[in-house]
Amino acid sequence: MLFRRLRVAGFAGQLGSIAITLLGLLMLTFFIGRLMPVDPVRAMVGEDATRETYEQVYASLGLDRPLYEQFVYYLGDVLTGDFGTSIRTGQPVIQDILHVMPATIELATFAIIIGALLGVSMGVLAAVNKDRWPDHLVRVFSLFGHSMPIFWTGMIALIVFYAHLGLVGGSGRMDQFYIGLVEDRTGFLLIDSLMAGEMDVFWSALNHLILPAALLGYSSSAYITRMTRSFMLDQLGQEYVTTARVKGLSQRQTIWLHAFGNIRVQLVTIIALAYGSLLEGAVLIETVFAWPGFGQYLTSNLIIGDMNAVMTCVLIVGVIFIGLNLLSDILYRIFDPRTR
Amino acid sequence: MEKTILDVQNLRIRYGGSTTEAVRGVSFTLGRERLGIVGESGSGKSTVGRALLRLLPGATITADMLRFDEVDLLSLSEKEMLKVRGRRMSMILQDPKFSLNPIRRVGDQVAETYLRHFKCSRREAHEKAVAMLEAVKIRDAERVFKQYPHEISGGMGQRVMIAMMLLADPDLVIADEPTSALDVTVRLQVLTILDSLVRDRGIGLIMISHDLNLVRNFCDRVLIMYAGKVVETLKAVELDQARHPYTQGLLAAQPRIGGTRQPLAVLDRRPEWLEENA
Amino acid sequence: MTADTHTRSLPGWLIALKNIVVFLMRSPTSLFGLAVLAILVLTAVFAPLIATHDPYVQALGNVLQPPGNGHLFGTDELGRDIFSRLVYGARITLTIIFLVSIVVGPIGLVIGTSAGYLGGKFDTVMMRITDIFLSFPSLILSLAFVAALGPSLNNAIIAIALTSWPPIARLARAEAMTFRKADYIAAARLQGASTSRIIVKSIMPMCLPSVLIRLTLNMATVILTAAGLGFLGLGAQPPMPEWGAMIATGRRYMLDSWWLVTFPGVSILSVSLAFNLLGDGLRDALDPKQMNRR
Ligand SMILES: Nc1ncnc2c1ncn2[C@@H]1O[C@H](COP(=O)(O)OP(=O)(O)OP(=O)(O)O)[C@@H](O)[C@H]1O
Ligand SMILES: [Mg+2]
Repeated sequence: MLFRRLRVAGFAGQLGSIAITLLGLLMLTFFIGRLMPVDPVRAMVGEDATRETYEQVYASLGLDRPLYEQFVYYLGDVLTGDFGTSIRTGQPVIQDILHVMPATIELATFAIIIGALLGVSMGVLAAVNKDRWPDHLVRVFSLFGHSMPIFWTGMIALIVFYAHLGLVGGSGRMDQFYIGLVEDRTGFLLIDSLMAGEMDVFWSALNHLILPAALLGYSSSAYITRMTRSFMLDQLGQEYVTTARVKGLSQRQTIWLHAFGNIRVQLVTIIALAYGSLLEGAVLIETVFAWPGFGQYLTSNLIIGDMNAVMTCVLIVGVIFIGLNLLSDILYRIFDPRTR
Repeated sequence: MEKTILDVQNLRIRYGGSTTEAVRGVSFTLGRERLGIVGESGSGKSTVGRALLRLLPGATITADMLRFDEVDLLSLSEKEMLKVRGRRMSMILQDPKFSLNPIRRVGDQVAETYLRHFKCSRREAHEKAVAMLEAVKIRDAERVFKQYPHEISGGMGQRVMIAMMLLADPDLVIADEPTSALDVTVRLQVLTILDSLVRDRGIGLIMISHDLNLVRNFCDRVLIMYAGKVVETLKAVELDQARHPYTQGLLAAQPRIGGTRQPLAVLDRRPEWLEENA
Repeated sequence: MTADTHTRSLPGWLIALKNIVVFLMRSPTSLFGLAVLAILVLTAVFAPLIATHDPYVQALGNVLQPPGNGHLFGTDELGRDIFSRLVYGARITLTIIFLVSIVVGPIGLVIGTSAGYLGGKFDTVMMRITDIFLSFPSLILSLAFVAALGPSLNNAIIAIALTSWPPIARLARAEAMTFRKADYIAAARLQGASTSRIIVKSIMPMCLPSVLIRLTLNMATVILTAAGLGFLGLGAQPPMPEWGAMIATGRRYMLDSWWLVTFPGVSILSVSLAFNLLGDGLRDALDPKQMNRR
């Protein structure tokens, strides 16, 4: 009983520390916003506004208040879901972001599936063959994926697989021809097209998705591979693995029926973290593939200097990161019989 | 001594990456009897045990003879070896805390041995496992079946281990310090269970241990190892008549209840014992 | 006798360094890493000698020439020699690496060692701050900083530096905490050495080697982030021959003139791969189990 209460306390403490981190996150984005050399009032009122209008807007934005007071206002806005409006679309920023998010989630989810399958199988292969040629090969292959500038690999892959070989779709989420054909219900094109029964659109979408997702997955697999390898090596040195071998299980059975179960929880954790850092690659690869997602939204607003939009994006990435951390913790508690 | 089930001649083992041999020419034979292997830490006892099951990845094993029943263990393919391990020869490992898979139910791990080697339904394997758990004197076997390793005690864990390793009715069991991780109070209990099962079923036993007294009570014959070699082989009852100075040293270093209160003798090691033909 | 004293007087860290390099040379992958980095440094230093053309001079009559004809890697959309631009670009890459290191190393070291040695509130606050920084992927946070500061190479370097000190600080803190309890530190304290003196004179030198290694490990990320910023137009500005920016401008011509994007990409890839391979080798070299086994 005491044990259980302690565990709950630990969880509450964790939530508390997450709240503090979130607050810090907001502070950080707030102050980065203030660093800006661009004058937000000038941007709003235009170059030839009178001094009065300028002052008026200045005051209405609360810029005459001390910094901490401005922060409190900002905090209040954010907590009520008000992240400001976008200069470009005139819509609330958060609405814009929610609109582009599914495209990125679709891409990132596909990518993490590819990355996890690749990373886990390569990691196991490397661990089982430690210090022999498959291990070295896996190491070089995965470091290679980790070292490539993904925006460049994206271009090269487009030239090779799309322009020359014609194996996959080019940029965008689907062929030009299909745009607007499927009603936007969930925002996930694969799901929407299936729901609408438009198989052509579905295949086109899949065809466009596969290349950027594969590249993203490959680049994220390095970390998964390395961690899988080291987790697996840990397990293979354990006595229960010997027990399984003594019972007459083959090496393959030992790995998948015994050792793998013991690294599953750790794997979930690092895959969740890898998913978060996929967002980084997504920003670049979306630019290359003209993928109408979060990354493209972020970069296009960066270029026009819309700080509201940019800071909200940054904030959201931070929140996703923290959320994934929390999620992996929760999964840990659920999956491991020792913590049950 | 009836038919020999294990014949080992001039066994040599070198670990990958090591320049010296960990086992340097060990020879012995074994019938349906209980053989003890005793020696100080690092003398190569476990290495011999694992080599018999061919569980030393990366190590080089050579021998003039390594015959188990009718099979030559050295030339057996890995696939055929899988049929030997667990089914005909098995091994009880030292510490139940580490040698059971922490995230699988105890009973499933026991039943797995049966499922691996016999064509049968899960339910059948389950029944066999429960019966075996009862045979190692576990009360409420059905309940223990469903528990995880961290939920059972060390003595119970080691009995589970014994059940798991005897379930497929092997001809030879190697017990590598089966009780050294246990509390002194449950040691005897676990050993007695192991002993009676081995006797009843006529299983050959190799018991690896540090403890001369224990080996003396539970074995028929004792092999004394030092630095990868067998220095002496004795009947357990004749242990006191050991001729080799190392064995005598080992005996002298054993504390005895009611013995003299002098300081225990310190083992004397002589470099000439290390030589090839010592 | 003299030889003996001579070897013994070599500082410990130099011997360690020698051992590490010898170890690295034995592995082909680390050797590749070392070789590429040596080439990078030599290229940057001797750029004027190696380059065949002026990297900035345009030749509008000679645009988009494929490799060959006196242009090893062809020419770009303004007729500039791509090979020469890459050679000068090595200087930019090296500058980024150097500047980021000399900013991040000291910041991480000071914050980390003080937090680790002092403990208490300071430690809690500092670690909380690193937590916040670590809850972003480094590129995203750098993007935000550059967006705020305005796009330029210097700002990109500042942004990268700002985002890469937290892991260093964490490492230094962990190390400092292990040394804090050491006897000689207690002795120094008893002798009345001030806290800042202990940190600077005793703790920091102990943490320095692992911080340096961690910096090396981070360099691949730094290079990719810098290239990414350059690609997005937020780093080095034209006409600077920064590799990422070269890819960005070459992108428009990539279908017909593949050499515009291919060679800068290969350069980035080689350098970041070199750092990764070297880092991997270092990890092995510093793992005592590995060291003894070979
Ligand atoms: N995986 C390994 N790689 C290299 N050498 C090993 C390995 N395992 C054991 N050795 C070496 O082989 C020798 C024999 O070891 P072994 O484990 O067989 O001894 P032991 O008699 O069982 O000792 P203990 O009583 O401590 O269990 C030792 O010198 C040991 O250092
Ligand atoms: Mg042993």
